[in-house]
Formats: sequence, structure tokens, C-alpha cells
Amino acid sequence: MAGVTTAKKDHLSHEMGMHTEGLLGRTQQRFFDISEENVGYGYPDAPDVDFNKRAEIDCENLETKQINIQLRDLIRRGCGTIVLKNPGSKHSIAVGILNRLNLYIEGSCGYFACGLTDGPNIRIKGRVGWACGENMLAGTIVIEKNAGSQFGAALRGGDLVCKGSVGARTGIDQKGGNILVGGDTGSFTGFMMQRGRMVILGNAGKNLGDSMYDGTIYLGGEARSLGVDAVPGVMTDLDREWLTRKLKMYDMYPQGGIDHIKKIVAGKQLWNYDNLEPGEKKLVL
Amino acid sequence: MCGIAGLIHRDGSGNIGQEMTAMLQSLKHRGPDSTGYAIYGSPGRNEYVMRFKVAEQEDMSKGFDIHDEVRRRRGIVEERLATLGVHVIERDDATEYAYRYRIQYDGDMKKLADYVEDVEGTEILSMGNALELIKDLGDAARVADQYDLRKFKGTHGIGHTRMATESDVDIRSAHPYWAYPYNDIAVVHNGQITNYWMMRREFERKGHRFMSNCDSELLAVYTAYNLEHGATLEDSLKQSIQDIDGVFTYLVSTKDSLGMAKDTMAAKPMVLYESDNLVALASEEVAIRSVIHHEIDTWDPYDEEVRVWRA
Repeated sequence: MAGVTTAKKDHLSHEMGMHTEGLLGRTQQRFFDISEENVGYGYPDAPDVDFNKRAEIDCENLETKQINIQLRDLIRRGCGTIVLKNPGSKHSIAVGILNRLNLYIEGSCGYFACGLTDGPNIRIKGRVGWACGENMLAGTIVIEKNAGSQFGAALRGGDLVCKGSVGARTGIDQKGGNILVGGDTGSFTGFMMQRGRMVILGNAGKNLGDSMYDGTIYLGGEARSLGVDAVPGVMTDLDREWLTRKLKMYDMYPQGGIDHIKKIVAGKQLWNYDNLEPGEKKLVL
Repeated sequence: MCGIAGLIHRDGSGNIGQEMTAMLQSLKHRGPDSTGYAIYGSPGRNEYVMRFKVAEQEDMSKGFDIHDEVRRRRGIVEERLATLGVHVIERDDATEYAYRYRIQYDGDMKKLADYVEDVEGTEILSMGNALELIKDLGDAARVADQYDLRKFKGTHGIGHTRMATESDVDIRSAHPYWAYPYNDIAVVHNGQITNYWMMRREFERKGHRFMSNCDSELLAVYTAYNLEHGATLEDSLKQSIQDIDGVFTYLVSTKDSLGMAKDTMAAKPMVLYESDNLVALASEEVAIRSVIHHEIDTWDPYDEEVRVWRA
């Protein structure tokens, strides 16, 4: 993980083995290292795939389980490019794929689409239901239409992109990676966000960034209200450089350009990773 | 969890029975306990359709006497209808214990409902000018076959697949709910209402009847009360977001409208498709896809969103 200092074991919590990361300096700037993005793809036992080897699955008369079994079977046989036709908004399509793959889903998906993935590049032509890309570790998911609530819940890495609008609690508990939204988002966007970056080119609902611990939200439009402990941040050249590059990557262009985008960060009044553990907490421990 | 669905044809009548069955069947995984429909046909002049039951489905498997008992109860209902001067135009036996009567009556609807429901085991499921409310245990395919719903033509409808959490698995606790005296209103709900008992007591003091212990019934009574007191459907839906506590997404249908409201937390799902001639909405997109096969754009309404469509 970029920028996390090694534990010096100089706090009681370290000695107790509760965590190994240094508590000092866990700020946004320290995580902000463009050069380290997209590094670390691949799962130890993942099969090698050939991107020129292409296959199709017609999901019309298949149950979710059958679709996912066929998908895994094709990956095992080395298919690197797979097209899913007629997904029919079924739930849990393409979950838990742990290797590189180009996956095209020609239609809409239901709940938990492409969750727990680690590496594949997925493009969805339709809409997705709740919790798309939840717990994704690496890779990209690009959705052409709208998305439901809890978009990218507990996202840990990779790029999760929705060209349309998304529902409530987008990026709830986000722990890394990037969420990019071309349209609007609902209430409690970025709720309890811990790390990572979120870009919303449209408007956001009420309580944007409520109880966020860390991470950055970039907002192109207006928010109905900011949540508890979410405060306006200062845009730097690094922010602008990253936004320009990232949005261009997915053909997303904010109205009024990058300069109109606002930055929202954690006020760190509720929780502050930069500080030592509070004395009273140590007593409890 | 529960699944809710609604459909409204804005350019005349459609195959609403078949369409609602397809939508509800695809939501079966959200709740297989019971399925209910509130569908709206062509209103007859000075006519009402009364759907009522005289026993629960599970009562029918409790011995041989129940069959005689059901006939006896129905006989009493018939007597009471005659006493009140109700003219029964048509009688359909949907099942052994649930019936559909086409009636003419110009008296007090509340008096009629109270008098009929006073018969043991009897509950009026709906008494509407255009509304027909059908609910029973099992999935949509079973209920549709049992009540011959696939041929039903109408303008709009709402439906519910129930996963029972707070009250029993029986017809009484199944959705949709109606409420008198506003007799063409029906409600389906997904969520939990936390100030149910407090509000129920308020409405009971005002003389409203509650047939079940299901929190969703409150929404039907609440909406009926508001409409009776001059509010529009849109006003009532907006006000409910302030008055009703808990997490909810619910659909309300009246003789000519379909409305939806989502709570302040947007905690319960709803997917919406809207075109010039058709509006379809459901807990999951898979239900909308079961009636619309071409590529469409759908989206999630946001928190505190209220929408009303007219047939």
C-alpha cells in the first residue's frame, strides 16, 4: 500500500499486535502517489488467459449460478475475452473473478454485479442494481447507464465507473480505489469512507461524506448538504492532474471543466488516524 | 425483504393480469409466503366489485367440518347483503373460501363493510368501483392460476410478494391493503414502520378499522384518511415521509392513479422505468425486464422522492 509507514511499535496498540501500520501521517497526500496505481494485479493461483481467445455466453435461460460456473470454466480454458449476452438483470453476475479478463456484459445486471473481483476489466452496457463492484480489489468496471444504491460498497481498489446516475450510499465504507460517477448520486454518498477517491460530476444528495474517516470526494455539481465531519478541501495541482488523467481515461468530461470541481475531505474531528489512540481507549484495552 | 411492483398503462387498457403475474413471479425470491394483486379494470356504473373471503387457506385443511362451515358463513353474508338492500349482479367462486361479487348498492359503504365483516372469519379484501384485490398464499403463478387472473384487462395495478417478518403468514396479513371508505385505494409496502402502534391508536380513535397486525395496513388507512379529508394523492405521499417513521418504499393506487414514496433514508429499493405510454416500477429491475423485453433505461428514485402517474 502506497505511503503507509512501517510500524515502529512505539504505541501500546502496536505492541498488542492490533495493527502494523504507523498511525502517524495517514493523510491524503501520503496516499497520493499516481505512479503506484494499478500495480499488484493478479492472484497467485489465477489461470493465464489469452485476450485473443474470445467466447460468448447466452444468459437468457441460465440461472446466476450456471452463468458464473460457465464463466469460470471458460477462464480455466484460457479465454481472456468473454461476452455475456442477455444477462436480464440477474443478480450476482461475474462475482469473485480473481484474474485478468476482458468481460463485456451486453445488458443490465441485478444486485452485487461483479463484486469481490480482483483484476478483470468489465464493461456493462446496461444498468446495474444495488452494490455493484462491492469489495472489488483491483481491475475496472465501467457501466454505461445508471446504477443502484451502495455502488462500490467497501471498494478496496481499482476503478468503478458509472456514466449515468447512481443511488444512495455510494461508496459506503470505501477503503481504496476510485469511484467515478458521470451523473448524480443519492444521499449519504461516501458514508464512513475510509480511503480512496470518489468523483461525482453531477449533484449529490444530502449528507455527502457523512462520518468519513479519510479519502477524498470530488464534486462537480452541488451537494444538498455535507454530512457530519465532511469539510471542503483545497484543490491542488496534484488533484487537477489526477482528475484530468482519470476522467479522460473514461471519456468523462465535467461541465465547466476541472476548475469547477470542488474537493471534500474528512474534517477529522470525529476520528483522526493522524492522532495517537486516545488515552481513555488505552485504558479500556 | 418483500417485493413490490406497479404498472400503469397511460394509453388505455392493457393485459394487466398477465403483466403483473410476470413481474411478481420474477420477484418470488424476495418473498414466497404470499402474493397479492390490486388491479384496476373498467369501472361499471353504480357498480362495485366486492372480493371477500370467509376463511383462511390453511383453515381448509383442518377437518371436514370446515367445508360446511364455509357454506354456512357465506349464507350469512348473503342474508346480510339482502337485509341491507344490496343487489348482487354476479357471483364468482374464485376459490372455495374466497369470492367475487358484482354488486349494486347506494347506501353507506362503511355500514355494509362492518356488517359483512362481523360474520366469523369473513374479511372484505376490496370493495371498489374499479379495484379488485386478490391475495393468497403462495407465489404469483399459483395465485394467478387459482384466481384466473391472467386474462384480466385493466389500466394499472400494484402487487406484492411477501416475506413475512412482523405478522403471520395468512391472507389477512398479506398485501395489498385497502381501507374504507375510500374504496378504490390499495397499498403495497416494503419496509418497517416503527411508529405503527402509535399511529394505529390515533386512527382507531378516529373510527378506522384495522384487520391485521401488519404495519403496512397503516399506510392504506393513512392514505385513505388523507384523501377523504381533501388531500391529493401527491400531498398524502409527501406528508407521509414526515409522519411515518421507519424505512419504507410504498406504492399506492387509486381508481385512476399510481403513486410511490420513498423514505428519507432511501433504505428500500425501487427501480423505475418511464415512457410515454407505460410506467413500470419494482423492487428489482428483473421484474421490469419480465414485461419489457427491448433495451430500456431505468433508474433508482432518490430519498424522499414522490411520484404520481395518471392512467
